[in-house]
Amino acid sequence: MAEAAKINRLNMTEKEYDGAPSTMCKGCGHDAISASVQRAYWESSIDPRKVVKLSGIGCSSKTPAYFMSQSFGFNAVHGRMSAVATGANLANHTLMPIGVSGDGDTSAIGLGNFCHMMRRNVNITYIIENNGVYGLTKGQFSATADVGSVMKGGKVNDIPAIDLAELAITLGATYIARSFSGDRKQLAPLVQGALAHKGSAILDVISPCVTFNNHEGSTKSLKYVKGHLDPIHDLDFVPPYENIEADYDEGTDHEVKMHDGSRIVLHKLGKDYDPTNKANAIQAIHASIAEGKFLTGLIFYNPNRKSFTDELGLCDMPLADLGQDMLQPPVEALERINSDLMK
Amino acid sequence: MLDTPLINDLSICVATENGSGSASSNNILFKAIFKMGIPCSSKNMFPSNIQGLPTWYQIRANADGYLSRKDVIDVMVMFNDATAAKDIYRVRDGGIILYDDSTPLSPTLKRDGVQYIGFPANKLVAKLVPASPLRAKQRNMVYVGALAYLFGIDMSVIKAVLEDTFGKKPAVIESNLVCIDAGYQYCKEQNFKQNIARLEPIPNGNKGKIITEGNTAAAIGAVYGGASVICWYPITPSSSLAESMEYYLPRLRKQVDGKKAYAIVQAEDEIASASMIVGAGWAGARSMTSTSGPGVSLMNESIGLAYYAEIPCVFFIIQRGGPSTGLPTRTQQADISLMYGASHGDTRHILLIPHDMNSCFDFARQSFNYADRFQAPVFVAMDLDLGMNLWSSEPLKLNAEQYDWGKRLSAQDLDEWTKAGKKFRRYFDQDGDGIPYRTVPGNENRLASFFTRGSGHDADAKYSEDEHDYKYILDRLKKKHDTARKFVPKPIIEKERGVKTGIICYGSSYEPVREARDRLKARGLKTNHMLIRALPLTSEVRDFIAEHDTVYLVEQNRDAQMAAIIKDEMPELGAKLTSILVYNGLPVTAGEVVQQIFEAAKTAKTA
Repeated sequence: MAEAAKINRLNMTEKEYDGAPSTMCKGCGHDAISASVQRAYWESSIDPRKVVKLSGIGCSSKTPAYFMSQSFGFNAVHGRMSAVATGANLANHTLMPIGVSGDGDTSAIGLGNFCHMMRRNVNITYIIENNGVYGLTKGQFSATADVGSVMKGGKVNDIPAIDLAELAITLGATYIARSFSGDRKQLAPLVQGALAHKGSAILDVISPCVTFNNHEGSTKSLKYVKGHLDPIHDLDFVPPYENIEADYDEGTDHEVKMHDGSRIVLHKLGKDYDPTNKANAIQAIHASIAEGKFLTGLIFYNPNRKSFTDELGLCDMPLADLGQDMLQPPVEALERINSDLMK
Repeated sequence: MLDTPLINDLSICVATENGSGSASSNNILFKAIFKMGIPCSSKNMFPSNIQGLPTWYQIRANADGYLSRKDVIDVMVMFNDATAAKDIYRVRDGGIILYDDSTPLSPTLKRDGVQYIGFPANKLVAKLVPASPLRAKQRNMVYVGALAYLFGIDMSVIKAVLEDTFGKKPAVIESNLVCIDAGYQYCKEQNFKQNIARLEPIPNGNKGKIITEGNTAAAIGAVYGGASVICWYPITPSSSLAESMEYYLPRLRKQVDGKKAYAIVQAEDEIASASMIVGAGWAGARSMTSTSGPGVSLMNESIGLAYYAEIPCVFFIIQRGGPSTGLPTRTQQADISLMYGASHGDTRHILLIPHDMNSCFDFARQSFNYADRFQAPVFVAMDLDLGMNLWSSEPLKLNAEQYDWGKRLSAQDLDEWTKAGKKFRRYFDQDGDGIPYRTVPGNENRLASFFTRGSGHDADAKYSEDEHDYKYILDRLKKKHDTARKFVPKPIIEKERGVKTGIICYGSSYEPVREARDRLKARGLKTNHMLIRALPLTSEVRDFIAEHDTVYLVEQNRDAQMAAIIKDEMPELGAKLTSILVYNGLPVTAGEVVQQIFEAAKTAKTA
């Protein structure tokens, strides 16, 4: 007899949090993130019908379709998701928005809107699936590409990356974490924490691109693989990579070999780290950059700042649900206005 | 000088510089004329600048109730040295130039055929006001007194206006009154005479009337229409609309517990404000923004998204001079094509086009019904002349019509649909009118959710690049637009049997055209009239043009944008249209319309 599926406090199985089948390249870090996100919602027993999923344009922005079909989704225009989510949040502050974005969407075309969303501390879980490249347009650098990284065509990036975690701390977001797509043990709880937080929760998740992060000489590079394939295969062939997994302890470093052969070093924050100290958080990021490492874990947390809709003092009932009786002032009020305008 | 003065037919132009404090003086003068019961309007022609550049304020008082800018200036208050050389030639023959003779008038500023009245405004104020930055501003009050004496405004009326305006500040009333009275008394002592015009009280002349700007009227209309998420970015000439909402919303939509039944957000840019209202409209709130041409340029992408993803939201567009930054503080109707076809791809939008204060109010209210009914962006197409100038008007009247929330399904509706064996398909034409049904986030029915996207999708909102799916949605959107054709406000038509010449106009051209028609009639040319109040064009537009031999279409743009839309949609009637175009950035005058129509008629005869 098959074992009964586990259920959460809403009597829902994790399967009920499924979305449409993914169309990402096989082995894409984004799918691993979707799995962690789905797990986090299920573990937290959040009703998918209370969640709105928003995104912009890009590979990452397609992913909200691949988890929680029972939620309303909105794949908006490039870079504007932060503002669209802000509007949706104003219309109905009882819903839980999750924004899924890429590094192009967030750190380039949408940087302004992203900054102002955090400045307002809009209540949102905002996940950046950060791979340093534009995937859908075939491999151009994004603004988070590291100095020295090489584009598919051989071009080397020499402009420093925007560190989105540091930016988020500076601009007023109140929950800032960084993680790695393959570290589900770390990522899923960080997403759960973000879901429980009221305010802008930013998760910068390093998510390897299987297709466009190619380095010359790598035996796993697309070029290498293509060189060993039948030439009639078209240029968009994606080799069947596996997801990269990472599992390591707090306070330790972990080196991860990416699909293209390059290596990154993750440093997981230890138990003694105090995420409520803004200056320390920024310093920790700077120190990790200097050492060539990616700091992972909850980097900054401020539970005291009001979210945007709380700050605005909106009424309890969602604005979207107000009827004419609540919205239309009485006719006598118009008479008073008219009488003021007669003077 | 005329033998007998014109009674209650006067145009006053005050030439000063921006930031000189003349706005208060002009306002007092205007309101005093209104209080006398004389129909009046004002045109503020100001620069895109904070301080120091030339500005003109033109008041028209007219017993017959014509409210457009008068073609000629009867009296010029020449208070700006920088423009004086031009200003003297803007006054009609026989008119008056009122100037400050505290310093002698340059001989180059003398001209024949006008009456110069000099009075020492600076010297008078120097005696009355201690040396302070306020003194320069008070200088403007002196011309209010001078004009009051010259044209017959009673000082008691001025006093009443000051009390209405500064009721809680007696010291301000007093200091202004002293300066105005000084101007009045000086002119009286000098026994200045003029014989061009007199202002005489019209008992009950403006009884029950209000004075307001279109932006204020529209803001109040939007509040009454249920706007609950308002996101905007400052831009002239639309800012005062959002600012008026910031004033009225707390007063008109109070919650007992002090919480807000609205959110008003000054966004970081136009792109953000448009994106926010799209998000809010998607989530079910009545959302809006206000902007002008450059803002629409930036908002295009979101407008296209709202059109294709079928999301209700309202754009108040207060048009100014374009292209590019253009003339930020001047008026035009040159964004009609931009609004009608905003964004890339095949798009067509709904425009509501108000022409007076009550339609600014009513269309603002109704725009949310149209947005919800058609699940689409809706434009309220105004312009600077309507939006930022003062107009005397009938009081704002509330239409009792219930809000139209369109085809919005609740969780319970979906239950009933399911029981009846009907399936909710987000982008399917269930009723054959092109308008699908929608659910909004938060609907707890398990069948309610769907995925919204600006990419190709099928009738079930699923991502699709299938050629049939794509064409189905595009064709349905066209059908929806054609359905809107039957619902948008119909044109207002005035016609007499047998008249074969028609005039069409829209928006703020209405007032000058109304006056122009009377003048044309007096000169032997009877005309019928149609005021277009919306796009898409309704069948009445076709009928009107078909019924006439010649149709003049008055527009405030260079390229005859409305004519192009008519010719595109009704090519068989295009030959009947003759465009009358005024696009100098100033509010249109009746004289400009009359002159162009006569010229066009003459050309047609000789051709």
